[in-house]
Amino acid sequence: MPDAPLLDVTDLRTVFRLAGGRGPEAVAVDGISFHINRGETLGLVGESGSGKSVTAMSIIRLVSPPGRIAGGRVLFGGRDLLTLNEEHMRQVRGRRIGFVFQEPMVALNPVYTIGFQIEETLKVHTLAKGEAARKRAIELLEAVRVPDPARRAKAYPHQLSGGLRQRAMLALALAAEPSLLIADEPTTALDVTVQAEVLDLLRDLRKQFGLSMLLITHDLGVVAEMADRVAVMYCGRIVEEAQTATLLSQPAHPYTRGLIASVPHGTSGQRLASIPGTVPPLGKFGEGCTFTPRCPERFEPCPTVVPGTTTIEDGHTVRCHLHSAKTVSRGHS
Amino acid sequence: MSALLDVRNLVKDFPGAGGWFGRASSVRAVDDVSFSVEAGETFGLVGESGSGKTTTGRCLLRLIEPTSGDIRIKDMDVRALSSGDLRRARRHFQIIFQDPYSSLNPRMRVGTIVREPLDIHKIGTADERAARVQQLFDLVGLDPEATRKYPHEFSGGQRQRIGIARALALEPSLVVCDEPVSALDVSVQAQVVNLLLDLQQRLGLTYLFIAHDLRLVRQICNRVAVMYRGRLVEVATAEELFTSPAHPYTQALLSAMPRLQPGQKLERIPYDGANFKPMPLREVSKGHFAAV
Repeated sequence: MPDAPLLDVTDLRTVFRLAGGRGPEAVAVDGISFHINRGETLGLVGESGSGKSVTAMSIIRLVSPPGRIAGGRVLFGGRDLLTLNEEHMRQVRGRRIGFVFQEPMVALNPVYTIGFQIEETLKVHTLAKGEAARKRAIELLEAVRVPDPARRAKAYPHQLSGGLRQRAMLALALAAEPSLLIADEPTTALDVTVQAEVLDLLRDLRKQFGLSMLLITHDLGVVAEMADRVAVMYCGRIVEEAQTATLLSQPAHPYTRGLIASVPHGTSGQRLASIPGTVPPLGKFGEGCTFTPRCPERFEPCPTVVPGTTTIEDGHTVRCHLHSAKTVSRGHS
Repeated sequence: MSALLDVRNLVKDFPGAGGWFGRASSVRAVDDVSFSVEAGETFGLVGESGSGKTTTGRCLLRLIEPTSGDIRIKDMDVRALSSGDLRRARRHFQIIFQDPYSSLNPRMRVGTIVREPLDIHKIGTADERAARVQQLFDLVGLDPEATRKYPHEFSGGQRQRIGIARALALEPSLVVCDEPVSALDVSVQAQVVNLLLDLQQRLGLTYLFIAHDLRLVRQICNRVAVMYRGRLVEVATAEELFTSPAHPYTQALLSAMPRLQPGQKLERIPYDGANFKPMPLREVSKGHFAAV
């Protein structure tokens, strides 16, 4: 039997109370299940409002009212994070699970130097202190390829460029040597050449530190370059999951097909394929398959029946009536 | 063919940040930029943040006053216009902004936002203006019944449509699109881009399309100019630029584009900015100019 996955999420449900906390509860993450193996990178893609970031926040239990985790299990290294007390959770968060966000300024404290913040992290997690921490902070900045790290350690976040700040945040996330890194749109705010550098860096660090990664992004190009497997989210559900190459070459869900087609493919002078409509707001996801109103291939069961998960081939699953129907007809013949 | 927009030797200096002792030297954001855009063309201007592409776009419309250079739109000398003439001339050149959230006044009804240019330019009677607003809503694919709503009641993509309707109210010939879809999700981005392409065909618009998404630029632009540190380093047809880039910076930029084929990663070509020397553009092949 192969090793148990590092992260194993089952039936995770996160809800938000609408209308500033006084309205009814709406489901933002609707019973999703996925796993990440050791050393593996899972890409989580979808448009804004699909529930990707809420999923990440739920894993590290940083969902605050009016939101709450309503159910499920998040096994990390065999322990259910959802049942840990807050003190134990703090030892996981930032220590065993590191995270980087799209906007480094929210993760970095503007009034302390980069070096000091990394040293503090090392001290809090009792990994190093004093001169050893100072040395380690510079090593970490060097590992994330910050040029002239000893000098940059003394800089404040606002004195660094966007790319350098992103690297500083990575150094901070890696200080405690986590086994899982959650990266939420880590390169979205960066220029394309800087993005390429940060992606190269993430790839190297993954090898060097044996990191597993949950990579949240809306950019299928980034997924193609980085992820081993991809899960596509829509309205709080995972609608398709497969190996990256399979997902991009044989997408099964009309939503996945639409997302891939919407990416400009660089044939001059052509219109882009688009998905009509937009992601419905929280609380208005609707009945049945939530993609129905935007789906070019909808038929009778779609508006009313929630599609179950169909396995197309080993490791490639989809939630779509087109495929459940096929399985049924195949069963008849 | 005649150029609708002709830019010669455009320069924009910003005063340097104060510093404690004396004044720091000024920063040259746009450095001797020249190009022309044909009527009906989509001309792409690409570069990284800080390359000067947005400043160039705004200088053309004199939303920022250029330091020096010549700007001609339809044989009109834009820099020579008095402020009154400039205001009147603005109906011929409009801008669509990147952020559909901050570019619409949250306290105005969207119908009023779209009608405002007509009010300012005193075009038509009240009834005619109202009818025109309905027509514009219809043109950009918005429900004409929605004119009494406020911006926050619309999604990002719909807000961008409102911005487009406002920009088109005066039937401009040149529209500067400053990163018009980079704040939108990819599926909605495609809807808005297709709308811009449809409108171009129907109304014969000319676009200066400022963007950092190279895939998008390749798909919709006829010609593309690449900016680096305030200078144009390459100008060519989209096809030519993407298949045979001549400037080392363009080559580096293209090699950094994420691709959809996994495992087919192109070798990244690094570019060392320390080697950058401002050079004039020269024609490397027919219609393909590069600062090499």
